[in-house]
Amino acid sequence: MLPGFRLTLGFTLFYLGLIVLIPLAAVFWKTSELTWPEFWRVITMPQALASYRLTFGASFCAALVNAFFGLIVAWVLVRYNFFGKKIVDALVDLPFALPTAVAGITLAMLYSHNGWIGQLLEPLGIQVANTRLGVFVALTFIGLPFIVRTVQPVLEDLDPELEEAAASLGANRWQIFWRVILPVLMPALLTGFALAFARALGEYGSVIFIAGNIPMKTVITPLLIMGELDMFDYAKATALAVVMLVASFVLLLAINVLQWWTNRYNTSNLA
Amino acid sequence: MKTFLKILLASSLAISASAKEIKLLNVSYDPTRELYTEYNAAFAKYWQGKTGDTVTVSQSHGGSGKQAQAVVNGLEADVVTLALAYDIDAIAKQAKLLPADWQKRLPNNSTPYTSTIVFLVRKGNPKGIKDWDDVVKKGVSVITPNPKTSGGARWTYLAAWAYALEANNHDEVKAKEFVARLYKNVPVLDSGARGSTVTFVQREIGDVLLAWENEAHLALKEFGADKFEIITPSLSILAEPPVAVVDKSARRHGTTEVAKAYLDYLYSDEGQDIAGKNFYRPRSEAVAARYAANFNQLKLVTIDGEFGGWKKAQQTHFADGGTFDHIYQP
Repeated sequence: MLPGFRLTLGFTLFYLGLIVLIPLAAVFWKTSELTWPEFWRVITMPQALASYRLTFGASFCAALVNAFFGLIVAWVLVRYNFFGKKIVDALVDLPFALPTAVAGITLAMLYSHNGWIGQLLEPLGIQVANTRLGVFVALTFIGLPFIVRTVQPVLEDLDPELEEAAASLGANRWQIFWRVILPVLMPALLTGFALAFARALGEYGSVIFIAGNIPMKTVITPLLIMGELDMFDYAKATALAVVMLVASFVLLLAINVLQWWTNRYNTSNLA
Repeated sequence: MKTFLKILLASSLAISASAKEIKLLNVSYDPTRELYTEYNAAFAKYWQGKTGDTVTVSQSHGGSGKQAQAVVNGLEADVVTLALAYDIDAIAKQAKLLPADWQKRLPNNSTPYTSTIVFLVRKGNPKGIKDWDDVVKKGVSVITPNPKTSGGARWTYLAAWAYALEANNHDEVKAKEFVARLYKNVPVLDSGARGSTVTFVQREIGDVLLAWENEAHLALKEFGADKFEIITPSLSILAEPPVAVVDKSARRHGTTEVAKAYLDYLYSDEGQDIAGKNFYRPRSEAVAARYAANFNQLKLVTIDGEFGGWKKAQQTHFADGGTFDHIYQP
């Protein structure tokens, strides 16, 4: 074993405990003020169920769309050289840096019926602001950098010779992508997907400006939690938070297992 | 030990007697920014004339519920001036920073000024909105914040409810139907009053904004009377935004005296005048007469008279499973 294991493990546990575990434990602690039947009633309120569907559904769709288009963006940024590439590269990080409320207000302005994009969509009968579609748009916006930034370094390391070798062995383009490139990218893509998905689940600032926040229709779970807090109902707020936490943890764990599995599959294939 | 304490007390008195700089924190709600900016300057002048000390009052604004929560969680407010008594009750109940009967300490339920809920419509009133009946009509788009997160929105909800009760011989079922119809017309529920104003004024969504009277006047002043009109309904609610000294924090800061004076001065002629100037209805009849042109006469019901106080109203209408939740559930 490498020297320093105990010390570094100690630091790791201390740091994780301080930054992650203690606040999370506090959430569970506060929830425990509720009895089980009360807890169950709160987390299965009709408006709570509707909000889970929207939050998890929109986050999943947004992460999925980002996985597809983010991969293309990363591909273009790595494989091609063009004028202004550095600027495009920097633009990708913008959703990271922008305060989410600013993003939300901007998106709401753009997509409202008199906004630049909204007025083009309105004649087509598409309404984005104040609908579920708006929630999806906001979550897509904030999720993009996660995919691009996780896939990019792996793509950079991916030797074009691999593709040339595959081509010389008679593989067509589709086979090259499907059998050579994608397996190598898969773990990074899954990580990016997981990050984008997790980020979207917790997103508040950008969504509330564009969602319309109509109960049972466009209220995301974080807003429901804020509502409970505004009425000084801390226990109920944390009960909803616990649902979010547990569900997110299970989903992220599942994605991690999937990622581990694809990794293993890759290495065994190469061997 | 006793002598030591006496010396300590005497010296601290001596320090405060010679102190020239006093800092106060006023934690308030969303639409009072303009009011308190003007009032703080006036009070500082008054206090300096009276005692020689300079007072700097810092303000904090936000949704009323959120602000109360911040105080409960340790924001060191000397005074709170919030949208509804329920929020100050929460500070008293949850953090015990002031006694439960705080609202009896100052005249008029501790509300030096009042307001009400009125309608702001686009110029020319294209949808012909005159009263609550027109607001619930099909095809009218209504903007109001979410009552769960906004104090102003709770006043609005109750005003509509009170109107419906009045119009239907106090039939609660009909009142609920009426309010449900109103919220069917709402495409966006922002979390606070300012958010709704922005939605209506800048994003140009909706035919009518249900707004604080002072907020509606402010929108006229800021964005031009050529764009909007204020419509006063036949009946609305007497909104009483109360004020209180946060005893424990003020005592710790040694600001109890000045904090009390700060709130008392709101009841003075000058304080009342500033409230009137900023479109709040002054309690003083003499001052109110001066601003009568801004405030249309209408029938005003009170929270205590019509709804049995905030605690009951909160439980019936806004708590989980209350009438507001029912509106949206099939």
